[in-house]
Amino acid sequence: MSAAPSAYRPAIGRRRFVGRLGLAAFVALSLVALVALGALILQVLQQGGSVISRTFLSNPPSILEPETAGVYVAIIGTLWLIGITVLAAVPLGVGAAIWLEEYAPRNRLTRFIHLNISNLAGVPSIVYGLLGLAIFVRSLQMGRSVLAGGLTLALLVVPVIIIATREALAAVPPSIRHASLALGATRWQTIRHHVLPAALPGILTGVILSLSRAIGEAAPLILIGAVSYVAAPPGGSLAESVEAQGVFAGLREWLRAALSDGFTALPVQIYGWIGEPDEIFHALAAGGILVLLVVLFSMNAVAIGIRAWQQRHRHS
Amino acid sequence: MAAETSALVNSQAARLAVGVVVRDTDRAATREGQPVFHARSLSIYYGAFQAVKSVSLEFLANRVTAIIGPSGCGKSTLLRSLNRMNDLVPGSRATGEVLFNGRNIYAAGADPVELRRRVGMVFQKPNPFPKSIYRNVAWGARINGYRGDLDALVESSLRKAALWDEVKDKLHASAYALSGGQQQRLCIARAIALEPEVLLMDEPCSALDPIATARVEDLIDQLKRQYTVVLVTHNMQQAARVSDRTAFMYMGELVEVDETSVIFTKPGNQRTQDYITGRFG
Repeated sequence: MSAAPSAYRPAIGRRRFVGRLGLAAFVALSLVALVALGALILQVLQQGGSVISRTFLSNPPSILEPETAGVYVAIIGTLWLIGITVLAAVPLGVGAAIWLEEYAPRNRLTRFIHLNISNLAGVPSIVYGLLGLAIFVRSLQMGRSVLAGGLTLALLVVPVIIIATREALAAVPPSIRHASLALGATRWQTIRHHVLPAALPGILTGVILSLSRAIGEAAPLILIGAVSYVAAPPGGSLAESVEAQGVFAGLREWLRAALSDGFTALPVQIYGWIGEPDEIFHALAAGGILVLLVVLFSMNAVAIGIRAWQQRHRHS
Repeated sequence: MAAETSALVNSQAARLAVGVVVRDTDRAATREGQPVFHARSLSIYYGAFQAVKSVSLEFLANRVTAIIGPSGCGKSTLLRSLNRMNDLVPGSRATGEVLFNGRNIYAAGADPVELRRRVGMVFQKPNPFPKSIYRNVAWGARINGYRGDLDALVESSLRKAALWDEVKDKLHASAYALSGGQQQRLCIARAIALEPEVLLMDEPCSALDPIATARVEDLIDQLKRQYTVVLVTHNMQQAARVSDRTAFMYMGELVEVDETSVIFTKPGNQRTQDYITGRFG
């Protein structure tokens, strides 16, 4: 080996230094996000921790006696919204995504549809409120009901679910599809048995994330007429209805009433309380925020649980 | 053509000797040494690009036919046209015809789903499903309405693929836990579980080490007793070792097809000669 001058200037020390600098910056940025979240939760706990009690969770809201006011009606309203939104948005969003990703030809029309779905995902939620007001509340005469509210939120989340599902489907390796089709499987068998199971974690993540965002929305619900002071959850008491009219008639009447009654939801309730001048309502609002956070975290926990279960079982 | 005729005569003699039983009327045409596939003026396009140029070629029953040629010569495209996997490529189209047991698989009413059950495929990279070994083999049978004993089918398929002894104690473990060579043999087992008439293999050993390659090559030699095999390979030693007939393709055209011994000893075309002696490609 001759000692010819090398054409390389490795500068290892400098490259390592830049690497460490980057690492430090990213850790710091992550900490900022964590600290902000921690501070937020702490502050809400400080303000609202004192109002959390059994009666807070089981009582309806009251403007006359804020000491006994609770979030019961709002919790039930939010659960109704989640249920209706999931039932309406998941089949619609996942179905549309399957068609777009697996069946539709790649042409100008489908590109146009795709572009518009991406745009829809960025439309402010209050615009969906206007749409819901015009379509569900007025045209379809659902009134200011929890059904209209759930369907409005479904409109809000459908584009996000479509996009998340499409990405999850596109991430499934083509080799799996080819293996299945080469065995004489139809396209649907391939999707049903191989593509969807492989895409499920991604789809679930998209559904849960979009849903978490939707249940924190106050604006579209206020626009379609959700109010802060509702004395009873949608449909009133199921037990009373069944007692009065028998199981089937009672259930039917209760469902009908539930879907057409006025309603409130946690974010609307919180918004209403914050608008009150009296300090005690602000504590109630903070308490409501805590409940909302618990609902959100439990939804995420469910999603993580389902994904973990799916990971364990998909190879058997 | 002379070679084919003699092969035909030989095969008829062989059938008389061992008493080959044709299984059903559908298989009447698939007799040893007779054409199972017959491509006639087959051209395949990807958009404006013509990948296969008016190829006419027969694939004979119970023979291993190797398709060789440099990268991009259209050999994989030709292979994938035999079970219509090219249909999955957007913008691809075929002209001419491919007769499978006498019926054109590109005819208007022809069903690729039915075709693919009868023409199995093994891919370049092992692509087992992310499921258990057992379910990898059983799945194709299940969706195709298999009415027999699944356990027995799984065992016999794994045995034919020379994998049974290695996996019999972990049938319900993930297929992903197997080595690359084992995964490829699992894919072969999965394909033959459907009792196809033809097995298409697209460079099945290119992702395997030499030992696994040798095992798969042995396997191909076994399989031709029962199946017609079409093998695309980059490896000319492999073509020489395992195939009965060899087709050489260049730039989308079929240059020459003949008995493997003829192609590798006295090819009729200068380009074949140059390719097999390593002068280009």
